[in-house]
Amino acid sequence: MEKQVFTISVYTENNPGLLNRIATIFLKRHINIESLNVSRSEIENVHRFTIVAKMTEVSVKKLVGQIEKQIEVIKAYYHTDDEIVFHETALFKMASKLLFEQREIQNVIKNSSANIVTVNPDFFVIEKTGRRKDTEVLYEQLAPFGIMQFVRSGRISISKSEMKISEKLKNL
Amino acid sequence: MKNSPSKNTPTTRITGAEAVVKALLEEGVTLAYGYPGGAIMPIYDELFKYQDQLHHVLTRHEQGAIHAAQGFARVSGKVGVCLATSGPGATNLVTGIADAQIDSTPLVCITGQVASHLLGTDAFQETDVISISAPVTKWNIQVTKAQEIPDAIAKAFYIAASGRPGPVLIDITKDAQMDLLDYRYEKCVAVRSYKPIPEVSEASVKEAAALINAAKKPFVVFGQGVILGRAEAALKAFVEKSGIPSAWTVLGLSALPTDHPLNVGMVGMHGHYGPNKLTNECDVLIAIGMRFDDRVTGNLKTYAKQAKVVHFEIDPAEVDKNVKSDVAVLGDAKDALERILPYLQKKNHDAWHNAFKKYHKEELKAVIDPQLKPTKEGLTMGEVINQVNRETHGNAVVVSDVGQHQMFAVRYANFTRSRSNVTSGGLGTMGFALPAAIGAKMGAPDREVVAFIGDGGYQMTCQELGTILQTGVAVKIVVLNNEFLGMVRQWQQLFFDKRYASTTMINPDFIKLAEAYDIRAKRVSNRKDLAGAVKEMIASKESYFLEVMIEKEDNVFPMVPTGACVSEVRLS
Repeated sequence: MEKQVFTISVYTENNPGLLNRIATIFLKRHINIESLNVSRSEIENVHRFTIVAKMTEVSVKKLVGQIEKQIEVIKAYYHTDDEIVFHETALFKMASKLLFEQREIQNVIKNSSANIVTVNPDFFVIEKTGRRKDTEVLYEQLAPFGIMQFVRSGRISISKSEMKISEKLKNL
Repeated sequence: MKNSPSKNTPTTRITGAEAVVKALLEEGVTLAYGYPGGAIMPIYDELFKYQDQLHHVLTRHEQGAIHAAQGFARVSGKVGVCLATSGPGATNLVTGIADAQIDSTPLVCITGQVASHLLGTDAFQETDVISISAPVTKWNIQVTKAQEIPDAIAKAFYIAASGRPGPVLIDITKDAQMDLLDYRYEKCVAVRSYKPIPEVSEASVKEAAALINAAKKPFVVFGQGVILGRAEAALKAFVEKSGIPSAWTVLGLSALPTDHPLNVGMVGMHGHYGPNKLTNECDVLIAIGMRFDDRVTGNLKTYAKQAKVVHFEIDPAEVDKNVKSDVAVLGDAKDALERILPYLQKKNHDAWHNAFKKYHKEELKAVIDPQLKPTKEGLTMGEVINQVNRETHGNAVVVSDVGQHQMFAVRYANFTRSRSNVTSGGLGTMGFALPAAIGAKMGAPDREVVAFIGDGGYQMTCQELGTILQTGVAVKIVVLNNEFLGMVRQWQQLFFDKRYASTTMINPDFIKLAEAYDIRAKRVSNRKDLAGAVKEMIASKESYFLEVMIEKEDNVFPMVPTGACVSEVRLS
């Protein structure tokens, strides 16, 4: 079976030790986490981990089983890219003088539908949200001007189908 | 779980340390094992005050404490409790925690921790035991506030004992032990994110029954899930009605009496000949409370491929983990087996049983008779175990360590009742048996407890002779001494051209060692002395140490070499 990218969504109680426990499950099986995001969810006091990793479907099924086995995990799901709506956010820090000296940078920003989130005398920050490819393309376009800092968030995703967490919580 | 005392119930103002002891008493704990140290002294101070109600057993090492707690839990079915201080005290528990995790043993481990203001400062005896133990605990928690102690302990006992049991660790900072709280105890009955037992679905039961009823050559393999789920009677009813030959895993041993006509022996690496051979001939394989460990299955690619697989299992993560099932009956083993019983047709499967008998005859001739009725001069491990069978009539709790003697013990010891086989199955922890036997005897004080230990494993925890000396616990210790790390030596002989790298043992005088601890001791080197010595040992009201000098280069057979197919099981 071929490896593919899976997005694993884990609904959990808010417990400081859980990140460690979940990460350990990947480590034990020698699976690299490509991105990880933790946030609140649509349910009060329920946290949501969004983890991207590459593996076979057989592996992801077992992995999700092991994650769900953790006492404070409420439910875990896995999805392929076509089953979710997802994106990442990238931030680029650039020198402010580029805005005046290199006019074409403004076209790059405009054409990429990126936003300038802050400008000060020394630097400005561009924010670009989208798929991996979109932020990569912008990176390639901005790189020749000199990127002072670059960072990209983990993937966040929403499943197209329902994840019946509230219902499950009621039954627990 | 409630997080604060309800308005109606009165609370008392006590220290965190006292709350720990009171909470343990609320959970019915009367016995705990441990070793004191700086960061857990407030709790030990309370243990001193409550010693009439809660007996603390001082072991000689924290590893001894946790293995004793495991032995206690395994025979009694109760949660084992152990305590240790921070730092090295806590890390010394880790082997036992990992052992309990893989063998599903309910434990509550309480560790002291440096005061909360020192956390993260590399304080004296500070170690991050929460991170260290996370992968090998069912659940763990660090408590830094006295007020959180009662609920943490309540939750710990609930999680450790419910569903598929396992070890839980509570790390309590020293300030939380010393601070005052408003104490009120409420047992935990549910955790919202945790469902210990899946409900048995009627559809899965019917589907399983249909497969079983249609089978011509059905085969049952049962594991410790039967014992943990108290499903021994249900298993017996199931196999008797369906007439299915039934084999056990190492940890399933003693769930069905040895002399039961449908008990065909052990599966796996050193299991019996027929059960291994016929795993690859059965048409329906019924796995009950077992997890298809690699020592059971050998090469998964050639394991029971011809069979439909029915898996009775409490832990959803075990289903399809190693072996894909055709029908999974999720849920409690007792519940599931009782519910399937009315659907089963009464059968005998005589011809199929004959296949097992035929292989048993071959094994008897090639392996079992030479062990139990040896004609060679050297003593065999099998004959020592069989001699103990004769004296105890199969009623003893048999504790074994890890290695050749362990495989001989599980192959040759007789059992009449459940919860009688205590051994480190999944982790294979040498040094397990002596402390586990101490705990087992305390968990079943009216039963005979005999520990079979190799000369290697014995020296990993023989400091626990001190615990026997101090408590007077009447454990019978049999060291089967072949002056080798026998199992590794066997592999070196078979797979490494007899290059015996670091497996020969120059041993101390074990008799003097036992006598130094005031334990009666005898050494047997000749067959003629064996029966008398075993008789004397079993008759002894006190602890007894018996060393038997064993044929040095004897091997355990049958054997499925690592990664081989189960039907390639060798008799020599």
